[in-house]
Amino acid sequence: MKPESSSHKRRNQWLILVVILSNVIGNVALGHGMRQTGAIVSASPLDYVKAFAQPWTVIGVAVLAGWMISNLALLSRADLSFVLPITASGYVLIALAARFWLGEHISSLRWVGIAAIALGVILAEETPSRTTEAGREPPMQDATFGGKTDSTNVETERNP
Amino acid sequence: MTGMKWILVGIIALCNTAGDVLNTAGMKRQGEVEDFRPRSIGRMVLGIPRNPFVLLGIGSLTVSFFALLSLLSIANVSFAVPATAISYVLETFLAKHVLGEDVGQRRWAAAALVACGVFLLQW
Repeated sequence: MKPESSSHKRRNQWLILVVILSNVIGNVALGHGMRQTGAIVSASPLDYVKAFAQPWTVIGVAVLAGWMISNLALLSRADLSFVLPITASGYVLIALAARFWLGEHISSLRWVGIAAIALGVILAEETPSRTTEAGREPPMQDATFGGKTDSTNVETERNP
Repeated sequence: MTGMKWILVGIIALCNTAGDVLNTAGMKRQGEVEDFRPRSIGRMVLGIPRNPFVLLGIGSLTVSFFALLSLLSIANVSFAVPATAISYVLETFLAKHVLGEDVGQRRWAAAALVACGVFLLQW
């Protein structure tokens, strides 16, 4: 496997930062908005639409839409098994913000949890971000399309 | 209400896992987003309506999202934690066996540490 170029790695790091921050900010805003709306357990779409009367809910959904786009861009460049542990550092950020910004008490078990996540992030960071080859047969091709018979149509779905 | 909460936790875990795996498969088929200029991001977004994997993946994450909205309105955020912890292990397993990623000891250890850590955050 080719070693990862430094510009590829740096771009991934920027993208990871955007993914983590948009996820944390979006979820905090959404949680705030939902708590002001009250309980919804309903199959009726109208009850969910009502939740959007809350500005915090709208902000949360908008930021999470940005998270979706940045996460898809990251998944186009890196392994899922790489992205998952790395983006979990959002939990560490939330816990540290709660402790040092909001002054919340954090129990010793929670500190152990935070340390475990941080260690997981560091371990995953040391692996190459992508282990599937860019030019190789795309994943799940066989399972879905019954295998391909010639290699000429592999690139047809790529962007021009 | 407790039964309803656990059903929602199950829906969140399964749809989250399916969504992430489908999105990864779909985005690898679509090709790498080389840089982050608005044009490149726009091209990626425009490619999504023609990408059945990502469409299904986003649909799956949307179901998970609405289940989470429901759960957050009747329970504390910490109640969603088991669903998240399970997803990490399940998704790493599927990344190896369905997506064909090279998941070595380090990545398994990372996934397990994160799952345990997320679980411990409840206390």
